[in-house]
Amino acid sequence: MNLDELTRSSGEWLRGTGPESDIVMCSRIRLARNLAEFPFTNRASRTEKSEIESSIRSAMQRANLELVYFDVNALPPLDRQFLVERQLISRELAAGEGPRGVAVGPLENIAIMVNEEDHLRIQVMLSGMALHDVWERINRLDDQLEEHLAYAFSTQLGYLTACPTNVGTGIRVGVMLHLPALAQTKQMEKVFRALQKINLAVRGLYGEGTQAFGDFYQISNQQTLGKSEPELIRILTDVVPQVIQYERTARQALMNEKRQHLHDQVSRAYGVLKTAHTISSEETMLLLSSVRLGINLGLIDDLEIATINELFIQTQPAYLQKIQGSELGVEERNVARASYLRSRLSNGRHVEPD
Amino acid sequence: MGSNKKMKCQKCSKPATFHITDIERGKPREYHFCEEHAHQHLRPPEGGQDAPPISDLAKKLIVGGAAAREPTSADKQVCPICQISFLEFRNSGRLGCPYDYEIFRDELMPLLENIHDETRHSGKVPRRAPRNTRQQTTLIQLRNDLKRAVAAEDYETAARVRDMIRSIEQEQGR
Repeated sequence: MNLDELTRSSGEWLRGTGPESDIVMCSRIRLARNLAEFPFTNRASRTEKSEIESSIRSAMQRANLELVYFDVNALPPLDRQFLVERQLISRELAAGEGPRGVAVGPLENIAIMVNEEDHLRIQVMLSGMALHDVWERINRLDDQLEEHLAYAFSTQLGYLTACPTNVGTGIRVGVMLHLPALAQTKQMEKVFRALQKINLAVRGLYGEGTQAFGDFYQISNQQTLGKSEPELIRILTDVVPQVIQYERTARQALMNEKRQHLHDQVSRAYGVLKTAHTISSEETMLLLSSVRLGINLGLIDDLEIATINELFIQTQPAYLQKIQGSELGVEERNVARASYLRSRLSNGRHVEPD
Repeated sequence: MGSNKKMKCQKCSKPATFHITDIERGKPREYHFCEEHAHQHLRPPEGGQDAPPISDLAKKLIVGGAAAREPTSADKQVCPICQISFLEFRNSGRLGCPYDYEIFRDELMPLLENIHDETRHSGKVPRRAPRNTRQQTTLIQLRNDLKRAVAAEDYETAARVRDMIRSIEQEQGR
């Protein structure tokens, strides 16, 4: 698998399968780990970073893991951005310097970043509400790597990390939710506040502040020290169903009270996406969100949820430029985006990407 | 939320959910606020009409106070392993090596309690017994010594340090 081959597939987490997948886009857990014998990445020399990288790569090989490694340091900026868009690397890793990379597993369920803020950032993602399954997988993966690596660990403070906000379990348990009805009925503030009170963080699709991107919100734990991994996961599995229920109630209210208005909004969104000849990224996100809601409420019945999920990622700038095979300015991208949307949505049939 | 559960905001009767450590005239001072008063406290004095985003708030919690402040004696402390000073950590929010958790322990503990409400790990333990801290960090220190010796063209020391590194690495089966 190389980077160009990635453009021809999409991550499993976009397939729209798994429990509650009309609202829960995906479940994700990441673990922060560091090698005991090296300084943290921000303090490591180039030579040390390269030694860290080769220790980790050799551990992955010896553990017989089915992973493909991308040397991010050697990638052009466009390819780095492409990996960010696919949620395989962070913006920090893309913008970093020196030896660093990411190992990607089959179906893009696994991404292991090397020399990000911590030496290792292990991530496992699955479609739908599947935190227990994700934990089982990432826990096993962590064990396999640890057979060949000495992690920085203290009995009192647990796994030692570059930032004290991650020390202890080093775990970030997150669920990405699509909450268009709560957003439309201006109830997100209330949700934010309730979640903040119990120490949960809310971010957008790409981790940006609280500004939502296509009405996607990631809810995750902030505390990492003093509670075990299963306890921290339980906080999420207790709270997320309540948010889901809240969104369902808001959807039902929209259907009962403003059905025609909603149907009109959804159909217009679908119409624009199918026929536009130039369209910005922001407008695309907004309209895709409406269409996704429309599919889930049965207002659109000739389009698969997986197609819409993929389009959230595949209408991003780097993806469009990768499939075009050249760099494009903003105007050109807007044209390319509209053309791509028309081809994927033509006659309402599900069209596989070429 | 541990021991802070019943703490009240300093400015009203709501529960305190934000625990902020500011450095004022070189001394740490703790504040306990409800959300509203925390925002009020953290808002820049002028022209700050918006509440700070969460990430800024987190950084503020870590960095622990206004950017312009006098360094304290704790700030000048330097880790012998990675050479980071506590001040550098305060400014960047990132530690330099695992040993920093030992060397800056007194300063870090209240910070950890602020962030996590707890100071003791509960959860997964690596299957392999972790080596003791000294052994964990010896290699970092030796590699630094090696770097310095090479830079100073002190090849005798460099050779000796290199041998020590090799023997530890062999002991670890690398």
